[in-house]
Amino acid sequence: MSDYNFAYLDEQTKRMIRRAILKGLAVPGYQVPFASREMPMPYGWGTGGVQVSAAVLCPEDTMKVIDQGADDTTNAVSIRKFFEKTAEVATTETTKEADVIQTRHRIPEQDLREDQILVYQVPIPEPLRFLEPSEVETRKMHALEEYGLMHVKLYEDIARNGAIATSYAYPVKVEGRYVMDPSPIPKFDNPKLEMAAVQLFGAGREQRIYALPPYTQVVSLDFEDHPFDPSKADHPCGLCGSEDSYLDEVIMDDSGSRMFVCSDTDYCQSRRAAGHVGHQGVPFEEVSA
Amino acid sequence: MTPLLQVRDIAKFYGGRVGCTNVSFDLYPGEVLGIVGESGSGKSTLLNCLAGHLAPDQGEVLFDTRADGQRDTVTMSEPERRMLGRTDWAFVHQHARDGLRMGVSAGGNVGERLMAVGARNYGNIRTQALDWLERVEIAGDRIDDRPSAFSGGMQQRLQIARNLVTGPRLVFMDEPTGGLDVSVQARLLDLLRGLVRDMGLSAIIVTHDLAVVRLLADRLMVMKSGHVVEQGLTDQVLDDPQHGYTQLLVSSVLQV
Repeated sequence: MSDYNFAYLDEQTKRMIRRAILKGLAVPGYQVPFASREMPMPYGWGTGGVQVSAAVLCPEDTMKVIDQGADDTTNAVSIRKFFEKTAEVATTETTKEADVIQTRHRIPEQDLREDQILVYQVPIPEPLRFLEPSEVETRKMHALEEYGLMHVKLYEDIARNGAIATSYAYPVKVEGRYVMDPSPIPKFDNPKLEMAAVQLFGAGREQRIYALPPYTQVVSLDFEDHPFDPSKADHPCGLCGSEDSYLDEVIMDDSGSRMFVCSDTDYCQSRRAAGHVGHQGVPFEEVSA
Repeated sequence: MTPLLQVRDIAKFYGGRVGCTNVSFDLYPGEVLGIVGESGSGKSTLLNCLAGHLAPDQGEVLFDTRADGQRDTVTMSEPERRMLGRTDWAFVHQHARDGLRMGVSAGGNVGERLMAVGARNYGNIRTQALDWLERVEIAGDRIDDRPSAFSGGMQQRLQIARNLVTGPRLVFMDEPTGGLDVSVQARLLDLLRGLVRDMGLSAIIVTHDLAVVRLLADRLMVMKSGHVVEQGLTDQVLDDPQHGYTQLLVSSVLQV
């Protein structure tokens, strides 16, 4: 028996967060304020996502935590351990087996199902923040649907760089109403936001929760003559040879050689286990043997 | 002809103090009204009440909207008023940095109002921005520079371009030439006069500079301590001032 209440937070707090989540699901893309709690980790490490996960976890659930697509980086490992300790839930690295997936900055390559929940960690939930510093003003702009300013940002991108250079946290419009920051996922992932799973976004420091119900219409903003382009590095994965997954660029040495590998480690590993080998990879059996 | 703007008995109080009170006038399409008075006479309070930035304590401001005729802008809903604010109205601030986004390029500043009313074609927005920069005499190659790299006069002209790009019918100006040196002022006035005449704009100009109203305004309103003390045709008021305060104002202009 753990000394913690199930999933660390007390029951009243979880009820409060669940109410915020339900409101967020009822008004897709709307940022619901909630009384964010102090968590035993620093702001910026996913305190919002952790609180949302704690509120939706059940004892029989299996949890997966990913950080930039990887299951084995500091943020993912520490949050996974946190829930192993405080909620004693089973954890997994396999996307298919997970019921709740907490993610930082990626959507898994594997399509999610209706019985899964994807929880995002959000640093700055307000898409208009860097253009309009006043919270009073941005909330009014959301309320009155005054979203011209969002296009000013994209205009500036094209004027300076010749193309929309925003490559992550690319603003989207939800169900033709609210403009939403999809958290800093690469814009490659934006088309995947229309999915079967429930998506919940938690921002701990900014005290906001927002949500996308399954199959919600999510449109990336763009100009008629500069349409949205979900770009990625133009290479196959060096390890598994995948042509259609999002890639990380890894610097190999001081002389400039580099390789591109899937950022989704589970996806890459399962492909290699199925026998796919990239041009810099070795067969899966040799590594695991 | 229906007036574009009918102001009826507007009053605004700051607690026990009078901001402005008992102000009524009609403004017809194509007409330029000057409001002069010393600092603290309620000119800016009045302008902000008319432009919807401040809620007046009494009175009505009837604007002849394109869609459904005369509407009271004081009682209309906030979304409607803000919509007017970025389509049929324009507001030129005394300090350009209040009216510009200093972190956004000149082109973005001009394009913002277009994008706010639904323009979604980058090429068109850019062409219109270039056209407007030219009309306010800013070189086209400065389109991607930020306003912070502009001189005070250029910033003020950029602010005017940004406001006029959506083809408003009524322009509110709060000391548009304040803080500029005389030669820059003269060019700006010349530009404003040209734009007002070409576009057939109606304008309300608040200033304490009598030369500005002499050049731009058809009619003049003189304010003191929140009250309108005299109004009439500009030349008539300036050449033959009736009220003691107006006489003082006219006689205190330095002649060189």
